[in-house]
Amino acid sequence: MRLRFFVPLVLFVLLAVAFAVGLTLKPRDIPSALIGQPVPEFDLPPLPDRELGFASADLRRGEVSLVNVFASWCVPCQAEHALFVKLNQSGQVPIFGINYRDKPDDAIRWLKALGDPYTQIGADFDTWVSIDWGVYGVPETFVVDGNGTILLKHVGQVTEDILIETILPLVETTREQAAASRAKQ
Amino acid sequence: MIGIGLRLIGGLRMIVGVRLVAVQFLGTLLLLGSVHFSDPASAQRVETPLSDPVDEARARSVMTGLRCLVCQNQSIVDSNAELAQQLRIIVRERVAAGDSSREIRASMVALYGDWVLMKPPFKATTGLLWAGPALIFVFALIGVIFYFRRRRTSGAAGLTPAEQARVEALLSDTGDQPE
Repeated sequence: MRLRFFVPLVLFVLLAVAFAVGLTLKPRDIPSALIGQPVPEFDLPPLPDRELGFASADLRRGEVSLVNVFASWCVPCQAEHALFVKLNQSGQVPIFGINYRDKPDDAIRWLKALGDPYTQIGADFDTWVSIDWGVYGVPETFVVDGNGTILLKHVGQVTEDILIETILPLVETTREQAAASRAKQ
Repeated sequence: MIGIGLRLIGGLRMIVGVRLVAVQFLGTLLLLGSVHFSDPASAQRVETPLSDPVDEARARSVMTGLRCLVCQNQSIVDSNAELAQQLRIIVRERVAAGDSSREIRASMVALYGDWVLMKPPFKATTGLLWAGPALIFVFALIGVIFYFRRRRTSGAAGLTPAEQARVEALLSDTGDQPE
């Protein structure tokens, strides 16, 4: 049995596997470097029709929260918005909004039409704060623990699958861990 | 551990096509000039080259090495994207403040990961990328050397002593009696 006749076959299979994996990777998925880091320091003003803006201190009140970066002109934001409205009605987790590169009137109209699931919204029209969050497009959604540490970043539209299988379980385990560490003290 | 796992799952599930549309849509909006900025903070941070030519040259060299995140195959120097422009402003501000090029690059990596660098750093995960071509060359060289060695020696090794004697006889025959 001449094993070396199989060498080209083995090489071919290895190459095929490498291409199969490599070509299905998505180069636009940039892994976030901010996981495990504290949220950046910021203090965003409110939209013109409301009183509360959104600041980093809001994320250190001991409660796990979602932070959703959105804009009224962003089509996938609109697609995921209904999910956030539903999530807010269920009261499972507070959702904070960062309104990204938007016009105040457009944002207000958009929220009136589609519903406002946000506990507080910060207006980041010039996107400087979003840059500190490592945001490079919309929508992006973060899970932040009660001490203001970033646990997860999701780039792109949040679908029901991602919410149910990834985000909400993470919120739940984080809450349990926080409760356990409080019980210890 | 859970964090890493979730990150992987999250990474695999990203819906990129839709996002791409959003980015292009944003580009169109900007082209049309329909997005305006009323925030006074942005008015203070407009892009102007640094007055000191040495600083400006250093800022440009840092910017050439930073990837534009929304256009991906351009550096932030080459890109007209809003985000690239804002990153240029940040780089210039930090150069003017006297931060080292290395510090500025490190702060960008802290935000966006190694990915933001046009030239990936040499480390465990990128070792194959950098060493790959050299490794392939070395393997090929070894292969070629073995091939020629075997070809040179196999002629003599494949013959019995009797055959070898006959070969030599034949060779010397033709040498002695040219036709």
